[in-house]
Amino acid sequence: MTPSYKKIETPESLQHLREAILAREKSVGKTIIVCCGTGCLASGSGDVREAFLNEVRVQEADEEIAVKHIGCHGFCENGPVVVVGPEDIFYHSVKRDDVAEIVSHTIKGQIVERLLYEDGATGQKCIHESDIPFYKKQVRVVLRHCGHIDPTRIEDYIRVGGYDALATTISGLSPEEVIACIKESGLRGRGGAGFPTGLKWESSRNAPGEEKYIICNGDEGDPGAFMDRSVMEGNPHSVLEGMMIAAYAVGARKGIIYVRAEYPLAVRHLTTAIAQGSDLGLLGQNIMGSGFDFEIEIVKGAGAFVCGESTALVMSIEGKRGFPKPLPRPNTSIVGLWGMPTVLNNVETLACVPAIILNGAEWFAGMGTEKSKGTKVFALTGKVKNTGLVEVPMGATLREIIFDIGGGIRGEKEFKAVQTGGPSGGCIPGSLLDLSVDYESLARVGSIMGSGGMLVMDESTCMVNMARYFLDFAQHESCGQCTLCRLGTRQMFEILNDITKGEGRPDDIEVLLELAEAVKAGSICGLGQTVPNPVISTIRYFREEYEEHIREKRCRALVCRTLISYRIKEYRCKACMLCLKACPVDAIIGGRRQVHEIDQTKCIKCGSCMEACPPKFSAVECVSGRISEQ
Amino acid sequence: MPEARLQKILSVFEGKRGALISILQRVQEEFGYLPEETLKEISTFLKLPRSQVFSVATFYAHFYLTRRGDHLVRVCQGTACHVRGGREILEVAEHCLGIKTGQTTGDYQYSLERVACLGSCALAPLIVVDDTLYPQVTTKNVVEILKNGKDFQREKGSETEKARA
Repeated sequence: MTPSYKKIETPESLQHLREAILAREKSVGKTIIVCCGTGCLASGSGDVREAFLNEVRVQEADEEIAVKHIGCHGFCENGPVVVVGPEDIFYHSVKRDDVAEIVSHTIKGQIVERLLYEDGATGQKCIHESDIPFYKKQVRVVLRHCGHIDPTRIEDYIRVGGYDALATTISGLSPEEVIACIKESGLRGRGGAGFPTGLKWESSRNAPGEEKYIICNGDEGDPGAFMDRSVMEGNPHSVLEGMMIAAYAVGARKGIIYVRAEYPLAVRHLTTAIAQGSDLGLLGQNIMGSGFDFEIEIVKGAGAFVCGESTALVMSIEGKRGFPKPLPRPNTSIVGLWGMPTVLNNVETLACVPAIILNGAEWFAGMGTEKSKGTKVFALTGKVKNTGLVEVPMGATLREIIFDIGGGIRGEKEFKAVQTGGPSGGCIPGSLLDLSVDYESLARVGSIMGSGGMLVMDESTCMVNMARYFLDFAQHESCGQCTLCRLGTRQMFEILNDITKGEGRPDDIEVLLELAEAVKAGSICGLGQTVPNPVISTIRYFREEYEEHIREKRCRALVCRTLISYRIKEYRCKACMLCLKACPVDAIIGGRRQVHEIDQTKCIKCGSCMEACPPKFSAVECVSGRISEQ
Repeated sequence: MPEARLQKILSVFEGKRGALISILQRVQEEFGYLPEETLKEISTFLKLPRSQVFSVATFYAHFYLTRRGDHLVRVCQGTACHVRGGREILEVAEHCLGIKTGQTTGDYQYSLERVACLGSCALAPLIVVDDTLYPQVTTKNVVEILKNGKDFQREKGSETEKARA
């Protein structure tokens, strides 16, 4: 796949290469572009792509139409996504069977209406990506090329202006100027804590050390966040370019990308990108004749959430257990990998860097709020209509993100809360929907920006169960060094577990709050200091739900399984056997023309029967309380 | 002397700093898990105390010290999967395979794992069998995938990640 281009030895030769690529692209007529991000692949885009390759040959159009693949569009739930160029017609949920029709219509210059996205609110068909409400209100900086270029071809990145920022940097800016530019832009770490990136670079630059390192943190461990995966898969070169600029500014010659092993496609694309960069001379010795040397290596994580913490991540790269270093500890930017100054930046942070260099600090600082600049990518998931990646300027409101872009709640349900920041964040109730989303505002209401997970919950989500979920995660992921984190999260989980089982005690809420404070105070790293947040915030905003569980043994969302039962309404049951077949544990008794009944001793309350029962019968219901006791 | 397969892996890491985790990853790829013998050899090779090798091997979720099943079933328990019923999916998977999470079936066909997040949250809930990702599964699908060995994937028109190669 790697092109046989000459090495790029000067900034001018990069420009020449770009012109050559552009000239060649022009000669290609029509394109059919299939999204091959992890999401679309899971929905079958690999098959679809193959079918297209085949079909253009069958319809003898392979001279006329080029079939390509690209990275993630961020509209994963509606995958596989196919874009037909040059008009950029946006088809979604494309199946193998649709391929022949798309090809024949494309040859004739027609549009396959039924595969266009339909705006649920207006019923209008959207031809282009930009017409879809999900995209209309987004401002894409980090994701600007995701979904528009083939991540496995460096030419595609160069064509859209890739490595221009690097050329500008190493040929025209001093390291100090680069740092000043990043400081002025107001860029802050997108991984969670929001530390100013320019300051971090400056302290590493000024710190003594014969070797310095740039580490890209791609250990996106927050459940519910996948923006880094999407960037690494969809535009890996932007991450490399960001790292190179950081390295030039700091004086580093070696870079490491630490990626979760759960992201095999990201690892593959990054590996390809590094090889292509090296082939073209964009990585290695004397890059573009500037005397700047830089190389990048990939390190795969081995599955530990705590390794997102900077000192633990460094320990992990050094081949040790991922233990955060004890306090007082030096800053990683001064004493990091192998004791040397190390800049550790998140994927999204680094992907912002080339755009800032090219467009200027003022451009970036012109977006966002006073203290939170630029844009932020959010992974919008949960009970919202449009799930996927959303990039908006900082300071957009939760309402804009969830309702205008996300399309609101699915089904006929009511919005209840939104959880931001993953296991370290908090749940924000409906009364705060007009909150501006920036580092400070989120902290004020007891949550955090975190890496940008945004989980929407409706009335069928139980807040106590949610808190229990996060504490279950926390107690699994605590590294075990600090007693309060190791045992405190365990205790909190046990208490929450009891409450969800209807075995809560009257003073449990107070004990939980006390434990939460103790865990925060008694932990040395960000994990322990923040994992009680989901408990504190749910108690703060949804205390009545805790009280109902404890006093009335009732779960209003009908989620906590010990407190609910499923039953079949005899008079509605048509004995159709559907639920009986759907039940994974054979808990349904009955037969043809024999009204079904649930054996409560076998039932695991998974809800499969309710799912299976045709809506016109609606014979299965979920009720509060245990049936055997009624 | 370590056995040939191990020797081959170790030779790549000669003189590399901080290679322990990478070595363990490679060894596990080769053997399917980390046999006790290999841990001893690795500690000799790296001149590290066995306790340290063992501590790293037990710290990270990806390393196994016992033989795994031929097929690895991973059920995502990320936040998005959780609110869309990931816990029920896991329980049904346990029921189908007749084992608890973290265990391996007696015939070494399947191992069942929970995973914190697979980063495909828009397609929640999901399970992964070996490298095949099954998006938006229902409890019924899980039974089909695991119990009846039915090719659910084709039915849904899905394709695995490997299609990219």
